[in-house]
Amino acid sequence: MKVALNINGETRTADLEPRKTLLDALREDFGLVGTRAGCEHGVCGACSVLIDGAPARACLLFAVQADGYVITTIEGVAPAPGELNVVQDAFCETHGLQCGYCTPGMILTAHALLARNPHPTRHDIVQAISGNLCRCTGYGQIVEAIERAAERLRVVNAQEAAGHANEEERG
Amino acid sequence: MKSAPFDYARPESLAEACAMLAADEDARAIAGGQSLIPMMAMRLARPTKLVDIYRLPELHGIGSDEDSVTIGAATRQVEAEHSPTVHGLLPLLAKALPWVGHPPTRNRGTVGGSLANADPAAEIPLVAVALGAKIDVTNLNGVTTYDADDFFIGPMLTALAPGDCLSAVRFPRWRRACVGSAFHEVSARRSDFAFVAAAAQVALDPEGRIAGAALGIGGLGDRPVHVDTTALGGERPQQLLIGEVVRAGTHEIEAMSDLQASASYRQRVAVGLGTRALLDACVDAVGRDAEARRRGLA
Repeated sequence: MKVALNINGETRTADLEPRKTLLDALREDFGLVGTRAGCEHGVCGACSVLIDGAPARACLLFAVQADGYVITTIEGVAPAPGELNVVQDAFCETHGLQCGYCTPGMILTAHALLARNPHPTRHDIVQAISGNLCRCTGYGQIVEAIERAAERLRVVNAQEAAGHANEEERG
Repeated sequence: MKSAPFDYARPESLAEACAMLAADEDARAIAGGQSLIPMMAMRLARPTKLVDIYRLPELHGIGSDEDSVTIGAATRQVEAEHSPTVHGLLPLLAKALPWVGHPPTRNRGTVGGSLANADPAAEIPLVAVALGAKIDVTNLNGVTTYDADDFFIGPMLTALAPGDCLSAVRFPRWRRACVGSAFHEVSARRSDFAFVAAAAQVALDPEGRIAGAALGIGGLGDRPVHVDTTALGGERPQQLLIGEVVRAGTHEIEAMSDLQASASYRQRVAVGLGTRALLDACVDAVGRDAEARRRGLA
């Protein structure tokens, strides 16, 4: 079956068997191997991607079901090649990753949380990542990373808002 | 963990979907796929054809009338979880939904999909049985309505026949003044399958006596069960009495036993959680009543 998917802002096409999951299509057909193949039956969260901005398992969606959605993978969150976004940066800083296998899923899940909720409590963060397993960190540094990213985003957003307000005054 | 080959079709209407399902008895409807796809990955399910009903507009939406709240089968769990209608008119379901899977699976998983999947530990079927919801099933001959209690037959087994498509669920509204609800669950960790779950709704009369009570227990038997609480009618909410009624109502249920929890453990937890859910529902009813009075005075 021919599919045309909107992945990280680009339209990507492929001719796929219906049984191919979005996860396998991303990795094998579109070369986006940042999305990890973990348990492949919806338990671990390593394959998390954003579907219309909300986290979902790429292994629990066949690629033929995924047309018409805005799909974001870990490759789509950095502002430019070689740069990190705020969440990625915070994960590095707080040692929120060790082996790195769960990290793309964790970062996308955190990204979606912070887009929706700029002031997450510790409980909100734990709830948000409850579907993503990490066997290295014990989660402490991951929660810390997301708290730090939230703090930074608030500062950035406040500055941007102030900037806009100034422009409007001058304009 | 790769599914066996299958054909995929995305019909434009419910009628077309029913025709496709009727034409091939090994075809399966797929909505969110959050339970079906893992079963296919493990080859526990091998449908010849998937009929994708996820985007059918007639299966979407949450509506209400005087008597019930109706949820379209392909309405996503996350939509129901955040719906003001569900929170306002069906608080028991609103309390149960955060226990369904975890946030990413609720983003894709549907209300109807959970009902059709009929996991004995699933929360949405439990609330449906506890409240006596009606389940609409559409096929080429029209719509058949089942009582939730008759719809669930056993583990992953429902009244759905080949060619059937679950189209909507209607939860009854309790129109009494003083109604409260509570939901409790024990599992290995948050978001994992429930060992036992309890869903309760209680109405109190102006003297604070129980005017109506509904209790459902999930994860105990091979399907969600409705516990007979008629003995509580007219009584004041007392832990001892409620505990006795719940024990009497659950002790004959044949409890499941597996690696995670033995049958006797499940029995004990069912009594504990069922009692706690009924008591908390009474407390909730008093609280809501007080809140309503405050608003009325203001």
